[in-house]
Amino acid sequence: MPDPFDSILYQYVYCTLSSTDDVACVGSGLFGGGLLPGGLEWLAYVLTAVTIVAVLINAILGGVLMMIWGERRLLGRFQGRTGPNRWGPFGLLTPIADAVKTMFKEDVMPTVSDRLVFTAAPILMLFPALLIYAVLPFGAGTWLADINVALLFIIAIGGANVLAIVAAALGSGNRYAMFSAMRSVAMLISYEIPLVISLIGVLMLSGSLSLVAIVNAQTLPFFIVQPLGFFVFLVASMAELNRTPFDVAEAESEIVAGYMTDYSSMKFGLFFLSEFAATIATSGVITAVFLGGWHGFDPIPSQIWFIGKMVAVLAVIVWIRASWPRLRIDQIMNFAWKALFELTLINLVVSGILLLIWPSPSTTELWYMAGINWVVFLASIYIFGKVLGPKHDPVKAGNIQPDVTLSDSDAPALPTGGGD
Amino acid sequence: MPLKTEPITINVGPQHPSTHGVFRMRVTFDGEEVIDVEPIFGYLHRGSEKLAESRTYTQIVTLTDRMDYVASMTSNLSFILSVEKLSGIDPSPRGVWLRMIAAELQRIASHLVATGFFLQDLGTLGTPLIYMMRERETILELFERLCGARITNSYMRPGGVFMDAPDDFWPALDRFLADMPHRIDEYEDLISGNEIVAVRCDGVAVVDSQTLIDASITGPMLRASGIDWDLRNRQPYEYYDRVKFNRPLATASDNYARYIVRIHEMRESLGIIKQCLEQIEPGPVRPESVPFLIRPPAGDSYVGTESPKGELGFYLVSDGGVAPYRCKVRAPSLINLTLLREMLIGDKLADLFVTFGSIDINMGEVDR
Repeated sequence: MPDPFDSILYQYVYCTLSSTDDVACVGSGLFGGGLLPGGLEWLAYVLTAVTIVAVLINAILGGVLMMIWGERRLLGRFQGRTGPNRWGPFGLLTPIADAVKTMFKEDVMPTVSDRLVFTAAPILMLFPALLIYAVLPFGAGTWLADINVALLFIIAIGGANVLAIVAAALGSGNRYAMFSAMRSVAMLISYEIPLVISLIGVLMLSGSLSLVAIVNAQTLPFFIVQPLGFFVFLVASMAELNRTPFDVAEAESEIVAGYMTDYSSMKFGLFFLSEFAATIATSGVITAVFLGGWHGFDPIPSQIWFIGKMVAVLAVIVWIRASWPRLRIDQIMNFAWKALFELTLINLVVSGILLLIWPSPSTTELWYMAGINWVVFLASIYIFGKVLGPKHDPVKAGNIQPDVTLSDSDAPALPTGGGD
Repeated sequence: MPLKTEPITINVGPQHPSTHGVFRMRVTFDGEEVIDVEPIFGYLHRGSEKLAESRTYTQIVTLTDRMDYVASMTSNLSFILSVEKLSGIDPSPRGVWLRMIAAELQRIASHLVATGFFLQDLGTLGTPLIYMMRERETILELFERLCGARITNSYMRPGGVFMDAPDDFWPALDRFLADMPHRIDEYEDLISGNEIVAVRCDGVAVVDSQTLIDASITGPMLRASGIDWDLRNRQPYEYYDRVKFNRPLATASDNYARYIVRIHEMRESLGIIKQCLEQIEPGPVRPESVPFLIRPPAGDSYVGTESPKGELGFYLVSDGGVAPYRCKVRAPSLINLTLLREMLIGDKLADLFVTFGSIDINMGEVDR
């Protein structure tokens, strides 16, 4: 059972409120501690949790607004424009304007919709995204809960948003939404498998499902030791998040806005919010599991390190979004089952063998493992690319003919029209 | 017991992000697969052909602007050629060269729009589209120098063009010609070799050349199936017989082929403009003898021209009055759409709009 006092955040707030004579609280907390009279330790315990959750949720909302701004700004740069730059310095206040506008929009509900399901769907969508933050370690000693099955918790919670998508689709009674729901169910279920298996390599190395333990085990960031696992996890996460190139569930050019087509006002806002919250949460998970979490070098605080790494992951996700077209749903499924699944199995076998050789690896041995894993990674990506990749030879496929040069007399005979 | 399934019918459009205007398709899906498509158009019908009957020939030029509004120069050109043939006007050489330059610039602009929106339909987040709009903007600025308008140019008149290019047009055009090949290289780097573009487009919506010919489909769509049919070469109008250009062909006849043919045609258009610049000479842009109010003799005329989308021609019937008795437009956008059903059936929902984008239609021209 993890001790809540592991978290300095928890300890600080608790000691401010409670007048306990716990040794951990001596000289700790705001105003010298003990704001509540003695005997109310239980209240302090509850209030601490509520306070931290309130702060965290507001931080998430702030983070989402920052990410909306950052994404639009970055996309603007990728596309050779400026992006939002009117309100506030660098347009930083634009998302607030967006949020206010969204809130004041008319809340339209289609007559054919199932009111209860229609209303519940956005809320259902938001919960899983927020719950992931409960176990994210934002820095040394800065987390809400360090549960011993954190990774399992994240995987279980992360899969729950399918429910919301299906609810939204069924509730709104829209056919585009139906397509979106069918696509996302098929896709999310398929990608859940490589997503989970890709984490097993990390689990074998760290020997724990707790995110704090995993971060502590990373004397060498695991994306160096487990490149294949990192790659598969990143790709599968993009699919789970419905981000480009796997954004078939809300493919704007095909099914309008997918499951969100009939939503407006703050219901739409909640979908938007939870999508961005989930993206940030996933980048947090990637940071904790593969990028060494809060580890960095000294003068910079660990929280800044963690957030910096998260922002880097987010930037990569936005970069991919700006550059790539969308895959088709059957190609996405093929990719999950024919490439990612096998890659995770390869990773599992190789990591297992390496752990047999070095049962409890030191940092040097981790470097050896990293070297072997990178060779396996590059080789298997190359082979899979050759076998499964597009056999795209424009000349051979007849996509480019050698140029036909005009000369006065040369007008090749046309195929004669069929007489039917 | 097998699960009971039933097809879903969706009205795609007229308001839909990717129907390129107010086009509507009643599509029946079996799961993700398209099993039937019924194209419905006419939402942008403005009766241009009928309007033309009550306007003078110069006034009709403004109507042609509004038909294919991303390629108004070529629409102008096609109409003007028909009028010149009808009334026997001999255009002045400088006017013809200017018209060719404008038409080829417009071809590049139109292909940029076609390719950009095609990639938008493929699911890119606007990045290629915005890159291509950037170059189109340069062309529109050139048009602005040339005739004061960006979209609805109305630049051409029977006998030539309505005014000579200003002095600052030529350096701007030179800058564009120097810059554009690198831009096209950039598109090729970013898009042509992209794996996702390749898997999405290779072998999708293949139509064999015979079907295309039977449906009288023209333009890049036909050339992507390996048929060397370009009216600039087959029935040279203007001075196209005095310039040399290649005709990019592809045989695959799939979405990728249609894309790559357009990209290569842009390069050829640049070559044509360069040759026009070498051969253009000072002189009047419009012969003095052409009256302002044209009264062609009774008769009819048709000149097929190669617009960016295919063969565009105006069939004009004159009864000797100031307005045509009848004006019939052979609109490539409309005729290229006729195979839509055959191209789409059996494909996935996601390919629906990609194929639609690869045909490159303009609703203004489809409905007129």
